Amino acid sequence: MDIIISNSSGKPIYEQITSQIKGMIMNGTLKPGDPLPSMRLLAKELRISVITTKRAYEELERDGFITTVVGKGSFVKEADQEFVREERLKAVEGHLQAAVDAARQCGMEEQEVVELVKLLFEEM
Amino acid sequence: MEYAIEVQGLTKRYPGFTLDNVSFSVPSGSIVGFIGENGAGKSTTIKAILDLIHRDQGEIRLLGKKDGAAFPEIKEQIGVVFEESYFPDNLKIADVNGIMKRIFQNWESEKFFSYCHRFELPDKKSVKEFSRGMKMKLSIAVALSHQTRLLIFDEATSGLDPVVRNEILDIFQEFIQEEEHTVFLSSHITSDIERISDYILLIHRGRVLLFENKDTLLYEYGIVRCTPEQAARLEPSQIIGTRSSQFETEVLVRNAGRLREREDLVLDRATLEEILLFTVKDGKGEERE
Repeated sequence: MDIIISNSSGKPIYEQITSQIKGMIMNGTLKPGDPLPSMRLLAKELRISVITTKRAYEELERDGFITTVVGKGSFVKEADQEFVREERLKAVEGHLQAAVDAARQCGMEEQEVVELVKLLFEEM
Repeated sequence: MEYAIEVQGLTKRYPGFTLDNVSFSVPSGSIVGFIGENGAGKSTTIKAILDLIHRDQGEIRLLGKKDGAAFPEIKEQIGVVFEESYFPDNLKIADVNGIMKRIFQNWESEKFFSYCHRFELPDKKSVKEFSRGMKMKLSIAVALSHQTRLLIFDEATSGLDPVVRNEILDIFQEFIQEEEHTVFLSSHITSDIERISDYILLIHRGRVLLFENKDTLLYEYGIVRCTPEQAARLEPSQIIGTRSSQFETEVLVRNAGRLREREDLVLDRATLEEILLFTVKDGKGEERE
């Protein structure tokens, strides 16, 4: 399992951890039931504080990606298909939002953007 | 939550300096970094916690026990490292082991020697031939080898090179792999504290200015670099400190997220060092009597 932390990224470290673990769960690198390293071990290995890894795990748990069993550790949860789809939708929405913002800035009409999206779909 | 150190209303008066109503709690299993200028009261606080000086007021609990430092069974579980090494010059590692075995009931010889080995401390040489880094490592080896649960570190990494300091930080992180182990360390080297601490305690002129989760501190504080006019228009409640030069004004702000959208302002992440400098500088301007 690789987690790469950037200190110059504007993204908080806990977010870098959560997004990378989420990515690994969604693309199947981490499978349901797989154990995650303990928060303390992860902190030690990444040379960051425990409070940061704790926050990352808490968010992953809250978002339903992992489950933590007291005394045993944290594990990847059985993927909730609904949830995985929703996460992906969220990602698509985010990208589209960025595209729409960019389109507005250069004065593109809604219709033009829709046409462009259609075109991109057909190309695939 | 359990606390390894609880300090409530600690006051100690010296001529010309007062440690004034200091309160904070160090959660078990965490690393708390203790920062402040020279003479801010860091060492006084640590000495009072360890019952090495008499306090005028306040309550202290160590590992859950009131005035814990007065009880041998609590003291046994606390490892302390000061800036200076106190080992007599003519001792060798084996002698230190022999002495400590008599001092600590829970002395762990094997662990001690394994630390010495790992730190590459020479067993043939006596302490007077040790470098400063070696002496410090010897102190740490001792501090960790009596079933220690709480490690208190007063300014002990100052004067050490980055390689050794890094080794020491790694050892702290190893130490807190056990969830009931706690580290309380004071240092001037804010980058060290920034790397490993879970909480930051900032003291200035004998008072606590800040006790905060480190991530909150680093993510929610920011430095705005702007013109004096722009600085004047910032929300006053957000401003913690200001530093002006001829060409730009820097403002340390809290809730920096709210300003991130503003494209006309340069907003940088604040380092712990900057937070210390700005906070302390501003604290000097106002007398908070």
